[in-house]
Amino acid sequence: MSTEKPLPVIDHDSAPYWQAAHEGRLDIPLCGDCGKHHFYPRAICPHCHSDNLKFDTVSGRGEVHTFTIARRPAGPAFADDVPYVVALIELEEGPRMMSRIQTDDPEKVHIGAKVEVTFVKATDEITFPYFRMT
Amino acid sequence: MKNGRDPVIVGLADAPIEDGKFVTKASVLGHAALVAKAAVEEAGLTLDDVDGLLTAGMWGVPGPGQLATVTLGEYLGIMPTYVDGTNIGGSAFEAHVAHAAMALREGYCEVALIVYSSDQKSLRSRNLGGRPSVLSMQHETPYGMPTPVGGYAMAAQRHMHEYGTTSENLAEIAVATRKWAQLNPAATRRDPLSVDDVLSSTMISEPLHLLDCCLVTDGAGAIVMTTAERAKDLKTKPVGVKGYGEAHTHWAIGEMPDLARLLPAQKAGETAMKMAGVSHSDIDVVEVYDSFTITVLLTLEALGFCKIGEGGDFVSGQRTAPGGAFPMNTNGGGLSALHPGMYGMFLLIEATRQLRGVCGDRQVAGAETALVHGTGGTLSSGATVILQKD
Repeated sequence: MSTEKPLPVIDHDSAPYWQAAHEGRLDIPLCGDCGKHHFYPRAICPHCHSDNLKFDTVSGRGEVHTFTIARRPAGPAFADDVPYVVALIELEEGPRMMSRIQTDDPEKVHIGAKVEVTFVKATDEITFPYFRMT
Repeated sequence: MKNGRDPVIVGLADAPIEDGKFVTKASVLGHAALVAKAAVEEAGLTLDDVDGLLTAGMWGVPGPGQLATVTLGEYLGIMPTYVDGTNIGGSAFEAHVAHAAMALREGYCEVALIVYSSDQKSLRSRNLGGRPSVLSMQHETPYGMPTPVGGYAMAAQRHMHEYGTTSENLAEIAVATRKWAQLNPAATRRDPLSVDDVLSSTMISEPLHLLDCCLVTDGAGAIVMTTAERAKDLKTKPVGVKGYGEAHTHWAIGEMPDLARLLPAQKAGETAMKMAGVSHSDIDVVEVYDSFTITVLLTLEALGFCKIGEGGDFVSGQRTAPGGAFPMNTNGGGLSALHPGMYGMFLLIEATRQLRGVCGDRQVAGAETALVHGTGGTLSSGATVILQKD
């Protein structure tokens, strides 16, 4: 089994999101009809099904909606990271997204903790939006 | 009102396993064929009588498993004229019962065979590397999300936060289920288990411990359905399919509408119970998917056996154990009997056996009506079936 960490396979829906992350911005789709943001990026709005969408740079602030501390890795590629915190972040703008909480003390992570985005470069092409507690 | 085309279950079979592995030497399709043959023969039918074929599985992908009913039909040497390869995860077989019931009522088939087989334990093929990082999963897999346990852990964490549910509450489910397994000679794990054992087992994905998680085993099972009219000439006593419902909301856990509420179970359960014309007090035995202890808690709440948030209290004091007020997962469940990856088939087999009254030490006395609920994916899909002794 591969010990290289999996990278996103970028597609037309997600390309602007990953490009923005590469440039240090959190850009997610905003619907021009219902005015709601959504995540993950789609070709139509999952709230009102409009295709009048554009990418919008959001605050990068939010809170921990829920999380788990992985004591066993998701495969050998993540073995050196254990224990690590995978969380669903509820962004100030509404949508939830999965990410990592960057912390030296996983036990301190709790639901409702305020977080902000921090960008972690994985390769020359891919940068991940991680979060840290504020 | 009774109708000659009312759908009934007339045959079933499951493959023997030992230490979680198949006893018989055969391929994954071989095991599918052996249980299929046994299930139709139990009813006094042959495979040549089968005109409806329904299956779901994880074998042969990519490859022949991509067209699962086609490959299985070929292996069995039959030409079905009604097929359904619906795959919504472990709840697929509850959905298959629903779809076969509709096809039988409509006269679109006469004998429907539902089959499942998995040799994941023998093959050591369980994928620990996570879901391929494409489409929606490009936003989850790269973060090291443990699948599927991480999603269930996130739901458990949220339920604990909102309702004060505890790890002890969840452990009660694992312990009660083990007690049923101790009454079932075919169950894989039959050694005694305490709440402390569960709480002191290895933490996998907080807050879920090793013993909050289902087993990883092989397994194969088959169910044969026909009409009430046709069943009159068959060898077994039919069990009626009285109601069914299904729904799904998401696959990526980040898309789950409410992590502390299982909306597909709520929707499917309401639909099935309304169709069957039964209420909660009519249900004698409950078989619900227990991929993880939290799955059971969320399911019982969503099905309305208790209020949302009160699942912890509901299962405490070994209420779901043998002799308890709420007989549930009476074969020992996915937690202690077997879990070949898509466990829903075995919920149906156990419920049918309970209604046939053939469960020996674990028989629920006077069981006439059973509720079966499968959950698939990552709390993604739900399908409910109401079965009744005719």
